Amino acid sequence: MVEQILQVEHLEKYYQKKHVLHDINFHVDKGEVVTLLGPSGSGKSTLIRCLNGLEEYQQGTITFEGKQINPTEKNWQQIRQKIGMVFQSYDLFPNLTVMDNILLGPTKVQKQDKFAAKKEGLDLLTRVGLEDYANAYPRQLSGGQKQRVAIVRALALHPDFMLFDEVTASLDPEMVRGILNIIQDLADVDHMTMIVVTHEMNFAQQIADRVIFLEDGHILEQTPSKQFFSAPQTKRAQEFLDSMDF
Amino acid sequence: MSSWTIIQQSLPMFGKGFELTLWLSFVGIIGSIIVGIIVSLLQYFNVPGLHQLASIYVEVSRNTPLLIQLFFLYYAFPVIGIKFNAELCGIIGLIFLGGSYMAEGFTGGFNGVSKGQLESGKAIGLSRWQLARYIVFPQGFSLSVPAMAANIIFLIKETSIFTVIAIPELTNTALDLIGMYYRSNEYLFVLVVGYAIILIPLSIILTLLEKRVRYGSFGN
Repeated sequence: MVEQILQVEHLEKYYQKKHVLHDINFHVDKGEVVTLLGPSGSGKSTLIRCLNGLEEYQQGTITFEGKQINPTEKNWQQIRQKIGMVFQSYDLFPNLTVMDNILLGPTKVQKQDKFAAKKEGLDLLTRVGLEDYANAYPRQLSGGQKQRVAIVRALALHPDFMLFDEVTASLDPEMVRGILNIIQDLADVDHMTMIVVTHEMNFAQQIADRVIFLEDGHILEQTPSKQFFSAPQTKRAQEFLDSMDF
Repeated sequence: MSSWTIIQQSLPMFGKGFELTLWLSFVGIIGSIIVGIIVSLLQYFNVPGLHQLASIYVEVSRNTPLLIQLFFLYYAFPVIGIKFNAELCGIIGLIFLGGSYMAEGFTGGFNGVSKGQLESGKAIGLSRWQLARYIVFPQGFSLSVPAMAANIIFLIKETSIFTVIAIPELTNTALDLIGMYYRSNEYLFVLVVGYAIILIPLSIILTLLEKRVRYGSFGN
């Protein structure tokens, strides 16, 4: 039987009175790649942010690696080492060099040996083609390079699970391919479990095992990727796909 | 006597006043920065009990004039048996005033660190303290440099009020000389030049520092 790494049950999220996520239920298997699709404002980012405690939720449970999460900030601090996240705006720390950005988590949070962590950091940078930039500051990098460093920064903690929140949305078109290749590589080579929020339909189709389609805070369907892109179950999903240019 | 002779003859006295203004400003500013850092940290970490105290201090200090603060220190405290010499009064008064302005500047800097920075810090598992130490403080202090520079200039100018408790700094020197020789134009001219010699170069240096720190921390 396939091991489930994440279960979300009956999750409800409100911003004050606004009900933004309605009875969210899904699970992710180990090694699976799930893409969250849906129109803007459907709650994709909010949902993915709930999964590492950046957003509070009011009801429901999240179970990660077999343990139901007690959603206190202290617990999230521990869990976040296992759940890496990469954001649309990269948000590298501008006051630190590329290498120090990468080492902050491993050496300060996980107390890894600095020498070994640095070697691994360099390996990861090499993997994304940025080995010459270890001592550069974020200001010296392009958007695409920053995003690659942000991915390395998350990977350096040895996460079991990665969340990608529209990581190519603020990049120049010619940079997008490089980032998507890295994510694809993580899926193919490392068999990393991940949830990817994206507007790149071709990429979603190519990488996803399963699609979760969200609208107005409801999960309208969860379908294996092939089926979703050829024959989605719901009319709304069909309309959404028709509206996307790919 | 010509104006020029009057000015020339007054220069040794103004020189002493100038030195005293510089010295009092220097000690006052260093003290204000230290108090400002402590107060802003108490508020940032919400230290129970102490952060309310810090807030009260900031309100009292920012909402009363330095003149009145100095009167209190110089005339009221001796009534309850606490007596300082005039210079110490001046320094304490300046730190009391400057500490809150500096604290507000630092707090503003901490609050100015973007949400995205905090979230990406949290996302790599940083604790509240680690987030403060590696992200919020380094970036927040950089962001607060312009406020700090403005406060430094402000505090130097405020030292002119020390004249009311008879500290012989620049302004006091000028007023004394005017009282003795009735040559207001000449002495006021030297007074203005005295402050300009301190403040204009300092202001230029601080602007350069702001740019440097900004570039060093944020790259723009």
